[in-house]
Amino acid sequence: MRKVAIIGVGNSKFGNRSDVNISELAFEAVKPSLEDADVNAKDIEFVALGTAGAGAWYEETQPAVVVAEYCGLTKAGLIRCEAACASGSAAFFSAYSTIASGQTEIAMAIGLEKMREIDTPTAMEWIGRSGCYLWEFHNFGLTFPAYYALYANAHMAKYGTTEEDLALVAVKNHKYATMNPIAHLQKNITVNDVLSSTVIASPLKLLDCCPMTDGAASIILASEEKVKELKIDTPVWIAGIGYSSGTANLSKRPSYVGLEASVLAAQRAYKAAGVTPNQIDFAEVHDCFTIAEIMAYEDIGLCSKGEGAKLLRDGQTEIGGKIPVNVDGGLKAKGHPIGATGCSMMYELTKQLREEAVERRRQVPLKNYVALAHNVGGAGHYCYVTILRR
Amino acid sequence: MSSMKSREVKVLQNIPISKTLKFWEGLKEGKIYATQCMKCGKLHFPPAADCSNCLSSKMEWIELSDEAEIETFSQVMVRPASFQQNKPYVVAIGRLKENVKVLAWIVGFKLSEIKVGMKVKLVAKVTDEGKPTYEFVPI
Repeated sequence: MRKVAIIGVGNSKFGNRSDVNISELAFEAVKPSLEDADVNAKDIEFVALGTAGAGAWYEETQPAVVVAEYCGLTKAGLIRCEAACASGSAAFFSAYSTIASGQTEIAMAIGLEKMREIDTPTAMEWIGRSGCYLWEFHNFGLTFPAYYALYANAHMAKYGTTEEDLALVAVKNHKYATMNPIAHLQKNITVNDVLSSTVIASPLKLLDCCPMTDGAASIILASEEKVKELKIDTPVWIAGIGYSSGTANLSKRPSYVGLEASVLAAQRAYKAAGVTPNQIDFAEVHDCFTIAEIMAYEDIGLCSKGEGAKLLRDGQTEIGGKIPVNVDGGLKAKGHPIGATGCSMMYELTKQLREEAVERRRQVPLKNYVALAHNVGGAGHYCYVTILRR
Repeated sequence: MSSMKSREVKVLQNIPISKTLKFWEGLKEGKIYATQCMKCGKLHFPPAADCSNCLSSKMEWIELSDEAEIETFSQVMVRPASFQQNKPYVVAIGRLKENVKVLAWIVGFKLSEIKVGMKVKLVAKVTDEGKPTYEFVPI
């Protein structure tokens, strides 16, 4: 396999973007990524678009062609990737693979979602149907917050994790979102704000949940030869990618205190990159709900099983702690435009590894110049873990 | 912000149940069936016509026991569009003694009474709208 680097990144403003349609939103990420890499749209040989809700929560059912045309990318090889909330990472992996395998020299991954063109109950319907419609939704109306709530209650029963612990995830990630101009929710909150917010699916409350967010992110990848030819100053190399999946039916999972897909994907990524968890300078983890961040710490080996809440309470996942996590605000507060998230994680890792965090206050200290992104699709239905190295 | 309405479409799919018909019919008789692979012995719930373990399609129907232990649960307060007419409901996952798990609603308890590890009964039923289903109830 050939070495592959990230040479350009772009990220739209995340939020309620009813000012733009799907193509206009993608453009806000694609154009800056091309400018960042200093290449033209015509130079892109392959485009992978990660998006989950095509035709459901927004109107285009074949968004890859629509977006490619709008952004001047027509004629490139083109694919749409779906891996639920990990669709962006699936697109990143596809674009990466075309270069690693020697098929292309330069490729683009776009993550994209518009979630706010439909009403909330309809959005809950589409997202709720995305696990296993036949056995979990048809008769039982399992919603996405409820998937993670099932894990939260099991984790609390087994390890004594509390609702206050869950709230601390939201408090931390909201704090960093206030320092990130592209973040959706720009407001500091307290543990009490979280505990007193409306219950969505017990024990998860409104402020335990990521918002419905519109957004796009674009990543340009290139081969080592192309990096040299283009004289890229600070290429960020893909050190290793790990992937796995879990059962569609939650009833077929062995337990509800962690995501097996995360454990396996992380192990594969560490092996591919030749690093251990303690060599990672900082991480982006999939905190679609507060419990998800605590489980992620444990599943990707930042601490032992059952110790996630303690790691958080001790401040070890803040800037200045052992391993800063989600210092862009995370899915929880930066927002989670489903298909965009995987690429947006790459945007943040790249900016941080280049020491270009937009707000200096949230630039993480770098020792090994190694960072990790953990992107889950569904509730452990898919998982991609990507390790980058400057 | 300015926007315009898309054209409206109603979605209603016909889901084939020929291969699991005995399960859906069984619910109407108060029975809950799983399938068991006649080649490797793997028990499948939800029932499957094909074995994901050994890929055999020789399956037999096995009636499940009704004792379950709750592994986890959640009360769904914010409900999807097609459940807007329902009151908040509690979804639970219970393990049966045959070592298969079932995801279903749990009824007949206050939320504060439901605990991980509690024993409940799994029963088949037909809803007021005539839909066959199954749920966890107090023993």
